[in-house]
Amino acid sequence: MSVASIDMIKAEPLTPVALVAKLLVFLVTGLMLFAAYTVYMIGQPLFGVIVTIVALGFLFIFGMRRFYFARFIYPGIATMALFVIFPIFYTIYLGFTNYGSFNLLTYQRVQEVLLSSKITDKSTAVPFAVAEREGGYSIFFSKDEGGYLSDVVALDGTSVTVGSEFVGTAPETLLARRDAIKLRKGLAEVAVVLPDGTELRNAGLREFASVANEFSLADDESVTRVTDGMVFQPDHSTGFYTNDAGEQLTPGWRTNIGVQNFERIFKSEGIRAPMISIFIWTVVFAVGSVVFTFALGLTLASILQWPHLRFKAAYRILLILPYAVPAFISILVFKGLFNQNFGEINLVLEAIFGARPEWNTNGLLARVMLLMVNTWLGYPYMMLLAMGFLQSVPEEQKKAAALEGAGPLRVFWTITLPQIIPPFLPLLLASFAFNFNNIVLVLLLTRGGPDMPGTIIPAGETDILGSFTYRIAFMDSGTQFGLSGAITLLIFILVSIMAYANFVAMRRAAAKG
Amino acid sequence: MIVEKKSTLLVQKIAAHAFMLAFLAIVMFPFLVVISISFREGNFTVGDLIPRNPTLEHWYLAFGLDYTRADGTVVHPPYPVLLWMWNSVKIALIAAFGVLGVSTISAYAFSRIKFKGRAGLLDSLFIIQMFPTTLALIALYAIFDSMGDISPAIGIDSHGALVVVYLSGVMMHIWTIKGYFDSIDSSLDKAAAIDGATPWQTFRMIFLPLATPIMAVVFVLVFIGVINDYPVASILLRSEDQMTLAVGSRLYLNEFKYLWGDFAAAAILSGLPITVVFLIAQKYLVSGLSEGAVKG
Repeated sequence: MSVASIDMIKAEPLTPVALVAKLLVFLVTGLMLFAAYTVYMIGQPLFGVIVTIVALGFLFIFGMRRFYFARFIYPGIATMALFVIFPIFYTIYLGFTNYGSFNLLTYQRVQEVLLSSKITDKSTAVPFAVAEREGGYSIFFSKDEGGYLSDVVALDGTSVTVGSEFVGTAPETLLARRDAIKLRKGLAEVAVVLPDGTELRNAGLREFASVANEFSLADDESVTRVTDGMVFQPDHSTGFYTNDAGEQLTPGWRTNIGVQNFERIFKSEGIRAPMISIFIWTVVFAVGSVVFTFALGLTLASILQWPHLRFKAAYRILLILPYAVPAFISILVFKGLFNQNFGEINLVLEAIFGARPEWNTNGLLARVMLLMVNTWLGYPYMMLLAMGFLQSVPEEQKKAAALEGAGPLRVFWTITLPQIIPPFLPLLLASFAFNFNNIVLVLLLTRGGPDMPGTIIPAGETDILGSFTYRIAFMDSGTQFGLSGAITLLIFILVSIMAYANFVAMRRAAAKG
Repeated sequence: MIVEKKSTLLVQKIAAHAFMLAFLAIVMFPFLVVISISFREGNFTVGDLIPRNPTLEHWYLAFGLDYTRADGTVVHPPYPVLLWMWNSVKIALIAAFGVLGVSTISAYAFSRIKFKGRAGLLDSLFIIQMFPTTLALIALYAIFDSMGDISPAIGIDSHGALVVVYLSGVMMHIWTIKGYFDSIDSSLDKAAAIDGATPWQTFRMIFLPLATPIMAVVFVLVFIGVINDYPVASILLRSEDQMTLAVGSRLYLNEFKYLWGDFAAAAILSGLPITVVFLIAQKYLVSGLSEGAVKG
């Protein structure tokens, strides 16, 4: 630190403005470090570390003259590090943990949850009645001639503990049973302390009973279940409190489970088989999307380039409409149109051909539908790009070929195509990478369905790898973040290869152009 | 192409127009059907392309108004479409301004300031940009789920969280703007440097005013990108009032509550403005797209 400050003083004379700026830098750094500490405390230690690094980066870059240039790129790099790079690696890290619906909390929180868990002691149950009082209600437990009457309580759902006193006679304003039942939401939150100190809580429609802690904590971090004296030891390899009989207490906590998720993927037949099928479909889908959109886009662009064609501007604007309409709207529109029972497409097909294809329940047809919709969505982009590239093909070469007797198709295949493929290649690769992870289309159009039979986790015929992981993590099968993270690692590796290939292709295109 | 017979040319012309019209019929089919459905009665009924008893019911509901049917029953809007639109536009505007600021400053540094590791950093940006957000979803959920313990304003179901995530998607835009800055004559900033301008002043006084066209392109790109985002918004937003259009629209076609007619009107209402913005900007967008993509 002292080295840094000497450096600062040398570099910049301490005018009042510079002093204020310097103080500001320290203040912001301090705030960021505090934020890092808070993040650390709420159970995201890794994110806390990243925030700390970002904070220290801020201090050096804005505090020292030497890193002046970096002030320009700091904001971009910092947000990227925090919310793009870190989350990707953190997701992969989660693939090595059991993070999921049963193991959401930290160990500390699990202990707190277990220790705050209450059980009602049925043997102490006493019937209750509710008396209407000024400003609220009182709960009444009859005993002998009179009974215990609690202090006035609002029963509006807020959690309260109230005292009580012994009264000689039952109050006259007792509510009928069914009126009392209507108040059960409020009753559930009330604890009544009797004069002898026992605490009673609502235990069913008719009774109150004393409640006790379900678990007690020992010095060695084990917990004992009060009702049967069973001891549960914390097992950090599974993330659950477990007793000798193998019984586990829920909730569990997040913990590192090594490569178990990967073992599940590769060893469990119910996961591996659908994974392979999904992977093949992902590649087919991405390749198909690129090929179809490219072929269609190029065809349309070639026709639009034809000098004798009129109304070009009108055609062009209508042709790019699918690109201009927000994708989530078009996809949902297609979802409705392709509905096999009352969608308009099947109405038309039935009227003309008498057929009602099962777009929603037949896996093959669902895949065909996905490709058709994606072609509809994607061809305008290819068309626009192709129109640009087609212009760069010299007209003289085409004319020369035509003079030599080559037909338009021959000219296209031998002159035009070879010249536009090289600059197109990086964009085609990018399109492949995009469609490889085009989960918006899959999630909105089919949600992956129809489901494959006989799988352990829901996997659909139209699922691509990305939508598959999304579904494992956030949809129907429950939140299995760990497993999902493990599959994310596989996608990450594949994407890395694509990214590198794209990078190389881009380099070559740039060198040529 | 040079010697062509009149008659074959005419046949070719007719063939070309016929192909175009046939293709356009397929492309336009969904749009026409949706317009027709939005005026049709009910949410299931099957009808002609031109509705027999046109009704404005779906349009009333899309605008958030109650609709009284002829038989006196009052229908309430199923979802707050206008609120969703506002949410989308608000988030997209904030994110677009933020991304613009961050990426323009970075692009300037990458284009004009020489520092160690610049080329490497640029290459890394390009490669990182190819990794989809899908890969980060689980971690983003986990992080913001915990952040909610600090303040609900940055937790799950907050727009703040969403904006922060969108702000981080600056990589591609840095490249696009840098490509533009590279094409600006370097004698301009040299002259400024001789006059004693700091790099910041050069950026502020010379590059920023010159960058307006490309900034408009990037602004529209980010704006449309944010409005169209589904994956991130779908995991971070939970309650109906917080949803953006992309997340909320899906509710209309729920299997158990299938509101095809209401959806049609809402889709046109929300899709039309974005489509118009895109069509106006598309000329510039396309040149920006291919240049940003091809220039190394």
